[in-house]
This record gives sequence, structure tokens and C-alpha cells, in this order.
Amino acid sequence: MKTIRIGAGAGFSGDRIEPAVELVEHGRLDYLVFECLAERTIALAQQVKRKNPAGGYDPLLEARMRAVLPGCHRQGVRIISNMGAANPIAAARRVIEIARELGLKGLKVAALTGDDVLDLTLDENPLLLTGEGRVADIGPDRILSANAYLGADGIVEALGRGADVVIAGRVADPSLFLGPLMHAFGWRPDDWELLGRGVLVGHLLECAGQLSGGYFADPGVKPVPGLARLGFPYAEVSPDGAAVVSKVAGSGGRVDLRTVKEQLLYELSDPSAYVTPDVTADFSAVRLEQVGPDMVALSGACGRPAPVQLKVSVGYLDGYAGEGQIAYAGVQAAERGRLAIEIVRERLALTSVAIDELRSELIGVDAIFQGADGDASYSSREVRARVAGRCATLQAAHAIGAEVESLYTNGPAGGGGVTRSASAVVAIASTLLPRDRIRPHIDMEVA
Amino acid sequence: MTTRLYDLAHARAGDKGDISMISVIAYRAEDYPFLVEALTAAAVARFFEALGLTRVERFELPSLGALNFVLHGALLGGVTRSLALDAHGKTLSSSLLSIEIDLPRTDVRHDGESGEC
Repeated sequence: MKTIRIGAGAGFSGDRIEPAVELVEHGRLDYLVFECLAERTIALAQQVKRKNPAGGYDPLLEARMRAVLPGCHRQGVRIISNMGAANPIAAARRVIEIARELGLKGLKVAALTGDDVLDLTLDENPLLLTGEGRVADIGPDRILSANAYLGADGIVEALGRGADVVIAGRVADPSLFLGPLMHAFGWRPDDWELLGRGVLVGHLLECAGQLSGGYFADPGVKPVPGLARLGFPYAEVSPDGAAVVSKVAGSGGRVDLRTVKEQLLYELSDPSAYVTPDVTADFSAVRLEQVGPDMVALSGACGRPAPVQLKVSVGYLDGYAGEGQIAYAGVQAAERGRLAIEIVRERLALTSVAIDELRSELIGVDAIFQGADGDASYSSREVRARVAGRCATLQAAHAIGAEVESLYTNGPAGGGGVTRSASAVVAIASTLLPRDRIRPHIDMEVA
Repeated sequence: MTTRLYDLAHARAGDKGDISMISVIAYRAEDYPFLVEALTAAAVARFFEALGLTRVERFELPSLGALNFVLHGALLGGVTRSLALDAHGKTLSSSLLSIEIDLPRTDVRHDGESGEC
């Protein structure tokens, strides 16, 4: 049986588009996957959908589809994405419209839903994974969304019904890649070892450029050529799950043992128990081999049965965050920055601004290291004083930035470049629901 | 002698909720045993003491020459609600590479082209 090629067209919602086009044109792909949902993207999209029932999907859906659909249609590359966010139905409808405009008659688009489990979550009121109470303790009026991480089964079904494009909402990231592998090779839902291998492929590809030299370069030590035209990766997978990851020849970036090792461990806790909706994958004995320029072969992944519960992300309003920053430079820059912070803290107290949590730091001194490198004699030629706080009201959040801004005329010498912001905080809590209560659903439409 | 971890290993940070995961990967296979010995979970917990961690786990991956650290409670409640400048903790990997560790050797240098593990 032939191998299949899966490309990673995006690693996050705002990702570059040309590398996806390059993969379609030169990658000899069978499937192209766009992974575009961060943890809270759906909660934010849900807010959009409430204002506009035809909205709530990825803002770059249209641009991405216009860029890749003609090439994919011509070359028979099928697309899988979670760009549907809070509204896969509306997103799929938009893809159909675009396909018709582009003259791609006959293109089949599937909308995959079933991940929205808000009602079920409120009814079941499960424990939060932090152990601090139940979903209802968040306060039902603050909850915006609850979405289960679906597995590959809905994608497998959509591809089996002939979909050229599958638009989903929340699906576990590696499952977006596992779906086409299960479909193409006829892997069964209890082929744990094969599924574990497929999840390894998905895990490596899901952040796109992070496998092929992005998030890696350190000049002189870990050089990466051509980062401005970084090529996104693809995997060539065999029916037994063995795979080689690579990128299009001539593109920027690099795929080698180091880039692959870093991405293999990325966001992993116990490497022998990577829990996905489809399989509990074990990467602890994965072996990597450089088999050519920018080509790394993967082997040794395995898998155990999938969990009986699915993870659910609950999006909720968590008050407001306000922030202000101001820069100081030259001799005593850090001392003036510290004085600035003292003044802002005192002003917020004097004016009785109600703040639940306040944080201050000097960018250039201790904003990252937070005292870990606590050398008091450390001097920076330029610093930014930063004050950030969490408040119950937007008004209080605005007051933080306003107090920083007022340092222009009322604060230490030579303060400039103020930036300030205040916005609602949408936070995420996680919980679990029994998987038999959650069913993927597919709506198919033809352009 | 002591040396900077930076000269022996590369690293990448990821996050899930309030957990930061940091991989530390030896440039050379022969350095991995030293990392296992010197870069304990306790040493990493001490280095990041200011973050207010609740727990640090370490996983060993000898076939990759890598250690994987799991820092619980590292991200001020996690990316979606943290007030930190770097809410994801993306910068923690490079921070960790500045840790000094004890090493029974003197010829430390970057040489990833040979002996890649």
C-alpha cells in the first residue's frame, strides 16, 4: 500500500499563509491540516457568535481558503481544520461560497460539530481538574462556553463520506492528523499501537513551523537558515505508522534531530502517557534517525487504550485585566523604573482603586527571571516599568494604565513610551465528561 | 568545575494550564549522564523558586538524551488568566539554560555535528 503525505498548514490562528501554499504546490500532499485553535479561542469566538450568528469562526478562514483551495482542488489534496472554532456550520458554509466563487464545482465540505457541550456540562456539573470545586462554582452567569476535545472519529467519518474539506471546532490537535491516517490506512479505533504512531505524527506536526526550525534558532549556536521563509513540515507515513518528517526542498528552516526532539517533548508531561481522545500514546521509546537532508525518520511510538472520559474546556469571564508600561534609559534607569512602580502602587492605594491582584516588574531586569537571578547590582541601560492587575470592573482596570500614563508629567525623570490596555479576561477551566455522552455530528454540503 | 547548562544542552518550553513543561536535550550523548546526575528536579525547583512552584517532576528519555521537566503551578494560573509578561512561560527554557551545574570535565563546547545523540 502506498504511503500518504500530510502537511501542516498552520500552527496557530494567526500563522503565515504562504508556507501552506508552498506545501500544496510542491509537497505532493494527500492531506493538509490547519490547526488554529488555542485554549481559549473558542470562548472568544463564542462571544463573537452571540453578537453575529454567522460569525465565530477563524478570522483567517477566508484568506487561507482562497489561498489554498484552487491548488488543493487541482491536486486532490483534502483539507482538515479546526478553523470552525465556535461555528463550524457557518465556516463550512463560507467555504462553500468561496469554492463556488472560485469555480470549484463539486467540492464537498463537511462541518463537524458535537464538541459544544455547554448544556451537558452545566447539567452534569463535573469536578474541575484543578480539584477546586465544580463547574457550577465558577458561576453559571460567567460561563461562556464548554467544548469537548473530540477525537479522530468524526474526521474519519467525514472523509469516508467523501469530504474534500472538513471544518471542525474543538478536536484534539493530534487527532486532526490521526483522522486522515485512520481513513487512508483503515486503522481501527482499537489498533492502539498504530494509533500511538499516528498520534506521534500529529503531535510533531500540529505546531507547523515549530518542527521545521521555528521556536529554535539561537544565533551561532543553533542557527536556522531562512526563517523569514520558513517551510512548514509534512510527514510521509506508511501503512504501519512509520513516518519521515520533512519540509519542501528550497524552503527556509531545518528538520533535524534537534528540532524534532524539541518538538517531540513540547507540551508533554509524562512522555509514556500522552493522553488523547483516541489513544494513550507512549513516546518514551521513540527513536529518531536523520535519513537525508531535512528528513527525520520516526519509530518506536506505541499506544494503550484511550481514556473513558473526554477533556472539556470551559471558558468563563474572569474579571478585567489592566496594564501600563513606561520606559526609562541611561544611568540609573532601573532605579527610576523602580521609583515609577512605587509611585503607581501608592497612587492606586491613595485613589482606592479596587484591585484583586497586582503585579509589577522591570522589563530588562526581573520581568522574566522574577528574582531567580536576583543580582541587585545588575544594571540595564534601558528598562520598562510594567504594572498589571486584575480587577472586578473595567473602570478599575483602566485606572492602572492611567496611573502609569500620568507618570509622563508627574513621575521620575525621562519616562517615555507609555503603553496601556484594559480588557475583559476570558479564562479556561478544564473538566472531564464521559465520552459516550459526546457524539460527533457531520453536515455535508457540495459546492 | 561548574558550567552553564547552556553549553551542554538546548531546551524548549511548552504549557498546559498552570503547568510549564521544559525539555532539556543534551547536544552530545556523552553529556546526558551528567545532566541526569546534576540537573535534578530539586535543582530545577530551586532555580525557579521565585515562581512559587507547587511541584516539579522529571522524566528521563535516555534514547533522546533528554530530560523533561514538568513544573506545576508555574504560570500564575495559566496563560488565560496570568498577569505575567510572558504568560505562556515561553522564556523559561532559555532562563533554565543559564543555571550552573557541576560537571566532572573541562572540555565543554558546542559540537553537535558529531556525537549527536
